[in-house]
Amino acid sequence: MRITQGTFSFLPDLSDEQIAKQIQYALDNGWPISIEFTRDPHPRNSYWEMFGLPMFDITDAAAIVSDVRRARSEQPGAYIKVNAYDARYGRQTTALSFIVQRPASEPGFRLVRTEGPDRTQRYRIEGYAMDLPEEQRYRE
Amino acid sequence: MADADAEAATLDISAAYAESNLAAIFAQLDTDLIGLAPVKGRIREIAALLLVDKLRERIGLATEPPPLHMSFTGGPGTGKTTVALRMAEILHRLGYVRKGHLVAVTRDDLVGQFIGHTAPKTKEVIKRAMGGVLFIDEAYYLFKPENERDYGAEAIEILLQAMENQRADLVVIFAGYKDRMEQFFASNPGLQSRVGNHIDFPDYESLELMQIAELMLARLNYRFTSEAKTTFAAYLERRMRQPHFANARSVRNAIGRARLRAANRLFAQGGILTRDALMTLEASDIAASRVFAQPA
Repeated sequence: MRITQGTFSFLPDLSDEQIAKQIQYALDNGWPISIEFTRDPHPRNSYWEMFGLPMFDITDAAAIVSDVRRARSEQPGAYIKVNAYDARYGRQTTALSFIVQRPASEPGFRLVRTEGPDRTQRYRIEGYAMDLPEEQRYRE
Repeated sequence: MADADAEAATLDISAAYAESNLAAIFAQLDTDLIGLAPVKGRIREIAALLLVDKLRERIGLATEPPPLHMSFTGGPGTGKTTVALRMAEILHRLGYVRKGHLVAVTRDDLVGQFIGHTAPKTKEVIKRAMGGVLFIDEAYYLFKPENERDYGAEAIEILLQAMENQRADLVVIFAGYKDRMEQFFASNPGLQSRVGNHIDFPDYESLELMQIAELMLARLNYRFTSEAKTTFAAYLERRMRQPHFANARSVRNAIGRARLRAANRLFAQGGILTRDALMTLEASDIAASRVFAQPA
């Protein structure tokens, strides 16, 4: 099951050139960029690991694309996303965020039902990939 | 484009020149920078090569990208940073760098203080400079031959890598005194072979320094009285013979101090001031300099 999180996630994966253009758009707006990765793609997991520090004072996308490539080679098989943060007063939030790498096979989620008091049903979803310890998930 | 078309293709170099708007930059170079004729000549030559290469590329003639990394050598205050700014603009207009900004750094910005600190620091600076020009002032401080454990060598190595692998993203300009830069390049052959253009900035003549002073004053809305002008010329003659003379920078500092004395003079004198009085530097403002106190 294809994970759809962030911008462009219903489109086919972006090429490096398209990624560079999106990053350039963010930089032109003055949004600093950070790269994050995870092996736990649960939709409520908003705490992905940071790949390096957020990058300030950068004007050209080439600098960030080279870091994206480095992230891919250091974290093969992980989900990697690029975030652009708008620090302007009154917004102060992520302005653009999109996935730049996903594992080759994404097993998706199962639904787990739990019986509560008085025959109430509690539902949660659980990634099939979560059955394995983190470093063994999404091996090709 | 078919081969026959390509061979018949003609290109208008004047149109390309007009399109790149280089004339405006050259004009600005001429008005902003007094003297420096050899430097301006070299920049025109480089710009011509870059323009022609772009045209060749457009009709599909094989060209390998011209060497863009440069070295600017010359004394302090001879306009290396200013010319680097213009160079960034020229490279941007001709499409060799995407953004055309200048990131000026020295050893402190590149070299770390402990093991493992240098590489991220240098990479950070390189990232900031991507799409523009990285200007390394007093580049020879990066290399300290007397200390083989100095982290400067690591910074040079990372720079070299970026200069080689990301030629399309980054142009590096090394700057510093001529003799020390030559030593620096001699002991780093890898750098030498990657720096294609060497531009030497000559020291200014006293007449040129006078013109520079007048240009600076005009920009600040000040002027010399005619006596002040002769005094300033005498000041320059003396200052140039003293140690640590930094060409245009010394002139700027001298003017700064003269402005200070003029302000003090007006303050002490009190009363009603005319616009003219606020704009004028008198001979006495310059003659009070300590340069005149020493025996010539």
